[in-house]
Amino acid sequence: MADGLTRAAPRTLDAVLVIRADLVDEMVAHARRDHPLEACGQLTGPEGSDRPERYIPMTNTDAVESDYAFDSREQLRVHRESEERGEEPVVVFHSHTRVPRRPLTDTGLPEAYPSEKDIQYMGLQPGVHFVIVALTGPDSEHDLRSFLLDGAGAVVEDDVAVVENYMFAHTGSDDVPDPTSRS
Amino acid sequence: MSATVSIPTILRTHTGGEKQVKADGSTLQEVITDLEANHPGIKDRLVTDGALHRFVNVYVNDEDVRFSGGLDAQVPDGGTVTILPAVAGGR
Repeated sequence: MADGLTRAAPRTLDAVLVIRADLVDEMVAHARRDHPLEACGQLTGPEGSDRPERYIPMTNTDAVESDYAFDSREQLRVHRESEERGEEPVVVFHSHTRVPRRPLTDTGLPEAYPSEKDIQYMGLQPGVHFVIVALTGPDSEHDLRSFLLDGAGAVVEDDVAVVENYMFAHTGSDDVPDPTSRS
Repeated sequence: MSATVSIPTILRTHTGGEKQVKADGSTLQEVITDLEANHPGIKDRLVTDGALHRFVNVYVNDEDVRFSGGLDAQVPDGGTVTILPAVAGGR
């Protein structure tokens, strides 16, 4: 028996988000642009890949500092377009700006953690990563965290790996082509 | 009157994994009743207290039925019913 192994907490899910730096920059720029309102958007990628390829900013029909909701017609258009491209949502993004009821972290930023309402809606999209960017102003520092729900509906935080491109990100056995194994 | 219904990932447990299924009916209500007959349990995921659940968006062709009659929305023969998870959060 290997004690070192049994001591590790079992993970119900391999919670990792590997994401290109330019896509992170797009989300953060959108959050800054729309501050103090919440910004929202989605990242789509090839079906089954778990790899975000395109950032699609969405209209927040709530247009408030505390909540967001995708515009449903815009969502249908994006859904149709994604299907045609063989893509699906990989990430849903929204920002947390400073509202009085939202807890602040010791860094002075709003908490980049899903609210009860966030979690209810996360449950509708199993396997999709929910990225939250917290900020206090258009030029403030920001915090970015990513979450998903495990099979039992519990919130699991992703390890976020920001990469320059996916070619060199060692995320799986067949992600990096090995030229010596090609016939 | 037959429509093609596009099923979101979370409801595919009711359709044996199928992304699209056929259902009969000339209103959304009738289409959902027919869906339930062939895919038991799906109705409760879509409708509560006689109205569409706030966690789903349902479209007939390109129209969100919240703005076009809800469960009474007409479904043309050969039409498309698309179900998507609502995306929202906050506070």
